Amino acid sequence: MQVKPLVRVQAEDFDAGEESRRLTEGRKDVGALVTFTGLCRDEAGTLSALELEHYPGMAEAELGRIAAEAIGRWPLTGLTVIHRFGRIAPGENIVLVVTASKHRRAAFEAADFLMDFLKTRAPFWKKEHRVSGDAGTWVDAKSGDDKDAARWTADPISSR
Amino acid sequence: MNIRYFAWVRERVGVEEETIEVPGGVNTVADLISHLKTLDENHAAAFEEDDAIRIALDQMHVETDASLGNAREIAFFPPMTGG
Repeated sequence: MQVKPLVRVQAEDFDAGEESRRLTEGRKDVGALVTFTGLCRDEAGTLSALELEHYPGMAEAELGRIAAEAIGRWPLTGLTVIHRFGRIAPGENIVLVVTASKHRRAAFEAADFLMDFLKTRAPFWKKEHRVSGDAGTWVDAKSGDDKDAARWTADPISSR
Repeated sequence: MNIRYFAWVRERVGVEEETIEVPGGVNTVADLISHLKTLDENHAAAFEEDDAIRIALDQMHVETDASLGNAREIAFFPPMTGG
């Protein structure tokens, strides 16, 4: 039976331990669990907060589409994606990806794939607020993120 | 048609969303962008850098050559920076 991913877009914080347990508790078929947590950096003490804007409805739908793609590509036993929005202070969580599988390669690769596509396809935008009180500035998308995402579509065997 | 704006596109236009009557002859996303540019200075400024704008039609990513068809909602925003 195909796994049903858990996708959440929320203002509240999440607990990576609790989300990991959700994918392993009471199961004996899970051999590998990978969790990735993205946190807000303080940029050498200059950043006071990140403001995360999202497109309600589409953000959940797009994360669901990316999660479904991962489930189609790797033999996962469980998958969770949580992305926060609103004002996030340095040191706080922004995003969580948890992948579970029988073997480690699928769990690692699926988590990596999810983050690459989440960064380039999911409708979220970051505005940086500075300690100095300067007007907030929108973070520019990085071309490196597009290259990372392209790894999964261009000749997937030889480029890895 | 309902139009939604996000991040700096929203700030430049000055509203989160608006509803417009799509004029005859406006069939694709590119046509709509050309039309929006003529509305006022704010819209013109928002769409000044065409290449920097991403589009979703009924919450699915599309390119500027996409047909508007019977879509109910279109959104314009900068490249995504989540994660």
